[in-house]
Amino acid sequence: MKESNYKDYRIEAENICVDYHGKVALYDANLRLKSGQICGLVGMNGAGKTTFFNALTGFVNISKGKIRINGESLRIAQQDQAIAYVPQNEGIDSQFPVSVWDVVMMGRYGSMNILRSQRESDIQAVKDAIERVDLIELSSTPIGNLSGGQRKRTFLARAIAQRASILLLDEPFAGVDIRTEKLISELFIQFKNEGKTILLSTHDMIHVREFCDLVLLINKTVVAYGETSEVFTPENITSTFGGMSPDVLFGPES
Amino acid sequence: MDVCFLSTNITSFIADPLSHEFMRKALLMSSLVAAVCGFLSSYLTLKGWALMGDAVSHSVMPGVVVAYALGLPFSLGAFIFGVGSVALIGFVKQKSRVKEDTVIGLVFTGFFALGIVLVSKIKSNIDLHSILFGSPLGISLSDVKQTVFISLLVVILLSIFRKDLILYCFDPRHAKTVGINVLFLHYLLLTCLSLAAVVGLQSVGIVLVVAMLITPGATAYLLTDKFDNMTIISVISAIISSVLGIYFSFWFDLETGGSIVLIQTFIFLFAFLFAPRYGIFKFKKLFSNY
Repeated sequence: MKESNYKDYRIEAENICVDYHGKVALYDANLRLKSGQICGLVGMNGAGKTTFFNALTGFVNISKGKIRINGESLRIAQQDQAIAYVPQNEGIDSQFPVSVWDVVMMGRYGSMNILRSQRESDIQAVKDAIERVDLIELSSTPIGNLSGGQRKRTFLARAIAQRASILLLDEPFAGVDIRTEKLISELFIQFKNEGKTILLSTHDMIHVREFCDLVLLINKTVVAYGETSEVFTPENITSTFGGMSPDVLFGPES
Repeated sequence: MDVCFLSTNITSFIADPLSHEFMRKALLMSSLVAAVCGFLSSYLTLKGWALMGDAVSHSVMPGVVVAYALGLPFSLGAFIFGVGSVALIGFVKQKSRVKEDTVIGLVFTGFFALGIVLVSKIKSNIDLHSILFGSPLGISLSDVKQTVFISLLVVILLSIFRKDLILYCFDPRHAKTVGINVLFLHYLLLTCLSLAAVVGLQSVGIVLVVAMLITPGATAYLLTDKFDNMTIISVISAIISSVLGIYFSFWFDLETGGSIVLIQTFIFLFAFLFAPRYGIFKFKKLFSNY
């Protein structure tokens, strides 16, 4: 039966709907992603990008449809540490009294015991992850003292330490410096080679063309989905943005 | 000669009250309560639950009255109404279009009013004044037992789930993503809040207990960038406030609860002005220039 097909997909969202107190935020959305694929999630503010992420992480419940991660339910995916979420810089309290090391260690919590006692392997994983995002000398720095780019790298390190097979990144390039942008680009290539699946939301059309094998255009529901070269057309983009061309929305550099 | 006089004065300022049994008990109990509230305070200030703390602490009022009237432990009644008020806030918010802060204000004042009406209706030996403003100097033995038990419970719960609660306050979505039960942590923190409000109201009363739950944490937040240090500073400043408040109330015949909270506020003010990094006069900057 269909069961065998499930295993082919890392993420499989089928006709999912999300509503907040009767207000529809997302309806009939579909997405299928395999190992090693990078997919761009593009849409206006309020088009349901964050809602889509929330549904895939299980942070909001879907009212209809089905989500399968690695062929299993969300609950199992959560227990398996399958999904890592990298929030927007605005999505977190940057003044919270925790250090880079503390945040990255949070990536290991799901696989620790109830007291979250660190094992040698956790410490090594955190160290490796911080090294990969080039923040080792800032390990003990409170996140409030970091730049936007350094903070972004901290959360990427958390996702790396978690050893998730699926990465969900909300605006990974927003408000970061050139050095961080370059580092994230390099990491994306490494992640792809490691067979990780990446879904990233972005406002930057150039990044979509540069990194994304696939693109998912949404405006409360899926407007278009497929290979970037085929789907990412001016017509589709215009209809995603409700008739406005992205140049108007994001300035001429888009 | 003068120095000798001064030191005798200070010694008697500290030692004299300790010769009274009720003062020793009040100091011990209030320090314990302050430590518990201060411990919880760092979570509440970071979670942004000041208004929630206010709501829960006021809502326990009818519970306290009913429990006293029925001869039950007052903490039980307070706890039921504390958690109940939060459940009701959640329900009304979900089922109506009224905004959350309005719902919170509405529910807790309703509960509080119910409590006041109940006190006037149930003619018993309930002292409205001590419920509203606390009575650490007149704490009874059964109250001591309850306070110690609840305090230990809260400290144990907060210690076991310390890391999860920090994560829950910081980034609940990540917690959910890695399979941590966020709903459980939400209710755990609410439970601790209700319990801490219950013990706190003995020291400073229902009206001011929210200060015990937020001021020490807010003070500590201005002084450090590390969560563990924040908790330690919060607990220490809460204990100092309680001890000093009781001393001042003894020597100058002041309302105890008011004195404790006022000293907490002064400590906050001090941090607000002079905290090395986050104070108005940033001393660190000042020093680094020279």
